[in-house]
Amino acid sequence: MPRSVKKGPFIDVRLADRIEQLNKTNQKKVIKTWARRSTITPDFVGHTLAIHNGNKFIPVFISENMVGHKLGEFAPTRTYRGHINKSEKSARIRR
Amino acid sequence: MARISGVDLPRDKRVEVALTYIFGIGDATAREIVSKAGFKDDLRVKDLTGDDIAKIRTIIADYKVEGALRTEVQMNIKRLMDVGCYRGLRHRRGLPVRGQRTHTNARTRKGRRRSAVKNK
Repeated sequence: MPRSVKKGPFIDVRLADRIEQLNKTNQKKVIKTWARRSTITPDFVGHTLAIHNGNKFIPVFISENMVGHKLGEFAPTRTYRGHINKSEKSARIRR
Repeated sequence: MARISGVDLPRDKRVEVALTYIFGIGDATAREIVSKAGFKDDLRVKDLTGDDIAKIRTIIADYKVEGALRTEVQMNIKRLMDVGCYRGLRHRRGLPVRGQRTHTNARTRKGRRRSAVKNK
């Protein structure tokens, strides 16, 4: 079920404040953040955020198309590089 | 011979049903169109006059159907992929996008089973 419209989008307050500061002083700095649940507002566009994925900070440049998504959508939390091919595996064991 | 937005409508079906053969028109929209055009419920496609068909065409012009709708859907998916978000990644890999399990099932997205070759 989607979030109630009445509440408006969830935006991490501290993060929004910091970005507003940067916008005021016209600075561009990479901000480290854990606020994966925060919605991206138009203010964020043009900044680079380092979003925590539980292990590392993934630098993400926020473009206009990303507005409305959550930060967490851009920093995948799972690593999966595929399974080992069965035939390769048996070949490796034989060797 | 009722060709509407590039689709041949089946001749023997009721108009309300026949319209759903057009991509982008489902039960609800079809019902809406029929009532807007003021057709009888049990009117069949073969009984439509040229005027009726023209009428349907003008009504349908207000809806996004077939090619236009398909391209819109494709554009939406492309946007997700370009932006590099989770849903886009799932589309790229051909896996289910809305959080379904993939341990088993998910065959619609993944396609036919690729059986692991069992010659040892």
